[in-house]
Amino acid sequence: MTQGLDARSGPGSSPVAQGTSTRGTPTRRRGQATTGDRVFGVIAHTVLTIWALLVVLPLIWTFYSSFKNSREILTSPFGLPETLGLDNFITAWQEAGIGRFFGNTVIVVGGALFLVMLLGSMCAYVLARYEFPGRRLIYYGMIAGLTFPLFLAVVPLFFVLQSMGLRNTYIGLILAYAGFALPFTVFFLYAFFRQLPEEIAESASIDGAGDFRTFFQVMAPMAAPGLASVTIFNFLGLWNQFLLPVVLNTDDSKFVLAQGLMNLQAQQGYQADWGAMFASVTITIAPVLIVYVIFQRQLQGGMGPSTDK
Amino acid sequence: MVAAPSIAPSDAPRRGRGGRRRLTPQRALFFALFLGAPLLLYILFVVWPVLQAIFYSLTNWRGLAATPEFIGLDNYVRLFNDGIFRQALVNNLILLIVLPTVVITLAFVLAVLVTVGGNSRGQIRGVGGANLYRMVSFFPYVVPAVVVGILFAFIYSPNGGLLNGMLGLVGLNPGIGWLGHRDLALWAIMAAVVWSLVGFYMVLFVAAIKAVPSEIVEAARLDGCGRFRLAVGVILPMIRENVSTAAVYMGIVALDMFVYIRVMTPNGGTGKSTEVISRYLYETAFQKSQFGLASAMGVVLALVTMLMAVIVLFGFRRKDS
Repeated sequence: MTQGLDARSGPGSSPVAQGTSTRGTPTRRRGQATTGDRVFGVIAHTVLTIWALLVVLPLIWTFYSSFKNSREILTSPFGLPETLGLDNFITAWQEAGIGRFFGNTVIVVGGALFLVMLLGSMCAYVLARYEFPGRRLIYYGMIAGLTFPLFLAVVPLFFVLQSMGLRNTYIGLILAYAGFALPFTVFFLYAFFRQLPEEIAESASIDGAGDFRTFFQVMAPMAAPGLASVTIFNFLGLWNQFLLPVVLNTDDSKFVLAQGLMNLQAQQGYQADWGAMFASVTITIAPVLIVYVIFQRQLQGGMGPSTDK
Repeated sequence: MVAAPSIAPSDAPRRGRGGRRRLTPQRALFFALFLGAPLLLYILFVVWPVLQAIFYSLTNWRGLAATPEFIGLDNYVRLFNDGIFRQALVNNLILLIVLPTVVITLAFVLAVLVTVGGNSRGQIRGVGGANLYRMVSFFPYVVPAVVVGILFAFIYSPNGGLLNGMLGLVGLNPGIGWLGHRDLALWAIMAAVVWSLVGFYMVLFVAAIKAVPSEIVEAARLDGCGRFRLAVGVILPMIRENVSTAAVYMGIVALDMFVYIRVMTPNGGTGKSTEVISRYLYETAFQKSQFGLASAMGVVLALVTMLMAVIVLFGFRRKDS
């Protein structure tokens, strides 16, 4: 539970293949490959290639199946589509409601992400930089939340939201998402705020900045790399959220993507429009995958273990 | 709030030179907002429901209309006499043993190959194209679990599924629906989970291995340490903390599994062969309205989860001494 997310420093952020400055002694000459090395190299590449294919093939298969019609899909898993139309995507987006689910997801995940990052960074900041009675109690109370299983809370949570009139509302869902993402957020941001140099906060306050301005204009921007990493992980977590919407959000006009997709799959049975189903899956995967490929360097650099010490 | 805070936390490495500050109205507002708002959210939506669940587990509560009646540990007794619950618990325990072992082993092997799997002389490096392999391996982690379930339901389908199609290419198409098969379904689901999560732990281990001081790896190599011993005898102990963290995370996944089971085998599989506690809990609460009984399942699952975490963390620590 102490996995670091430090984006700024540590050996973890330099790519391993980057020459002698990070690895090995500068005086050592480039090594010659021995026979053993070559044999091992072949085996290693074989293993890695098999794994990479196992990862990629299902994704490619989904992508090109989303251009096929149901008959083509059921006949052969490999047959190429007869036409390369976008019909399935249009059906999925409009009739199957993927467009609506997508919109709902953007609202709920976006809202919850904003809320949890704001409240989480505020809470982590106060816990990390101010001394007051009960500070430790609150901190450990938060960390304990990392171990509360969601399924334990979900039944009463249903009735909590019901009694507040927030069941089947965006606000209710956003609050629940944010609440359960809070411990993780506070846990990691606490470490970031703790590392910030004291002198900066002090000079800000000497210059007459109050607590609010010190946080928003000085300290939060300095913790930006940490905030970015935690935002990415929170995004993946919230985007993945399933149990909360399934229980708390039973109004199908407010379904998020995960729910909507599961319902489509469950309802379709044997007369399914499989083409549209594959297209729906492609629409769900593609945006995040593309964003990941673009930003993967930052993300992987941001997973260094520096807070692990 | 309660008392005058000072700028510098007492146990911070650097002591602030600024003196103590008085509690001005502005600072009171600052505390009320910065600490009060997050705590309110946390207590209302996380802590309070958890406490309620523990209370409900001791009642026969069946929904809004009826008032909960205290029945002691009856729900727990009933659970352990329930064949389906026992089956679910056994399945969760199988998942708990198999999933972390397979995922962590595979992730560790792949991570070692892309970090120190290169030539045995010269600088320590991974095999060629390491970054590409690492990037591709992480792909499944950005696919939401629900979609992993749907995707693998397609792959395992007896009608035009990818797996049977692939086996058919080498003349081995068994013509079965993998998820409908009593003995194979749970393993098929496990394979989907492995597919989805290995990349994440691989990236985690890659970062951990790169933080191992290169002198240690160099020294081991100069001492004639082979690749296997280097990986298992030198690197593995150095990243033990990360491995134990990964084991706890994977344990939590194995004890949950709700999404995967619900999507791939919506009713818990043929003859309840893929039933797990979380899915049974969901059915008990939201289809049968037995909220008291469902809460007891949640409590049992939470206790098993915490016990697992304690055993893993304690077990890894003990090897230290």
